[in-house]
Amino acid sequence: MGMKSNILVTSVDFAVNWSRKNALWPVSFGLACCAIEGLMIPISATYDISRFGAEVMRPSPRQADLMIVAGTLTKKMAPVVRRIYEQMPDPKWVLAVGACASSGGIFKTYSVVQGVDQIIPVDVYIPGCPPRPESLLAGFIKLQEKVQKESMFDKNRRLLSLTEGKA
Amino acid sequence: MGNAENNAIDATVKRVTDAFGGAVAIEGAGELTSIVVEKGKLRDLLMSLKTEKDCAFTMLTDLFPVDCYGQEPRFEIVYLLLSLDKKVRLVVKTRVGDGEHAPTVSDIFSVADWLEREAYDMFGIHFDGHPNLSRILTVDDFEGHPLRKDFPTEGYGFDTPFVVNLGGETT
Repeated sequence: MGMKSNILVTSVDFAVNWSRKNALWPVSFGLACCAIEGLMIPISATYDISRFGAEVMRPSPRQADLMIVAGTLTKKMAPVVRRIYEQMPDPKWVLAVGACASSGGIFKTYSVVQGVDQIIPVDVYIPGCPPRPESLLAGFIKLQEKVQKESMFDKNRRLLSLTEGKA
Repeated sequence: MGNAENNAIDATVKRVTDAFGGAVAIEGAGELTSIVVEKGKLRDLLMSLKTEKDCAFTMLTDLFPVDCYGQEPRFEIVYLLLSLDKKVRLVVKTRVGDGEHAPTVSDIFSVADWLEREAYDMFGIHFDGHPNLSRILTVDDFEGHPLRKDFPTEGYGFDTPFVVNLGGETT
């Protein structure tokens, strides 16, 4: 690595990360019941995810930084999720909401992918069936902490190229 | 269910037994009457039921196989017919063994196109003459037929990582 983490780099990192983490625009990917609990309720006035700068739910992946995958991922749906993820511009992050998105949940069956991390890289897993809205906000704050710690000279940062079958 | 409906079914059953003789067997009675037919005569039977003047069964409401695992022949394909004129329903069944082919009825009832694809996808029953007999519910490269009784719940290759198939696209 040519550049060192000197005072200039870390200062730029801090500013860039701070602005990124406070304007994470999600593309909502509601796949099942967690879409109600994990996506709709945090936007409501009671929980108000806009306090963290993430209220701008984008219908288009090309305007989003964060993919919230909420619900059971079936094998039939997997190519769609993967394609939407690849259409998002870097840098991008992924929240897996609920037991199904994290690990397949109760669906240990032939039709369900056992966790979205088999097809896309996941930053934060939020457990629960479905998770409480507070859980989602806690997971979101966790992700903000993670974004704040990243460095633009980290070689592996967001350049994750998934080879087929090796998630 | 009133007398008129019962009479319509009885008349249909009588007509079918007269016309097809040994190729059909009648099970149940009244509203639950079902006609079990040899698969060779299935298309003729459905066509005659559909075009019959007095009580035409013009609508196929459902088509599904049953896996009678351990019995011979293994599969029973059930056709649920509805007469919109007389408001009566009729069950037609045919039996096919494992690996045997059934005749398609998708040219008689066009709804059978997708229903037969589902039957093929879930049970692995081939329908001869179907215009596009491919999987409809599971992914294209899926292995096995999930609703067969001897299919493991987790499917085959459960412990290997899932590989997403983007349909030949390079991304």
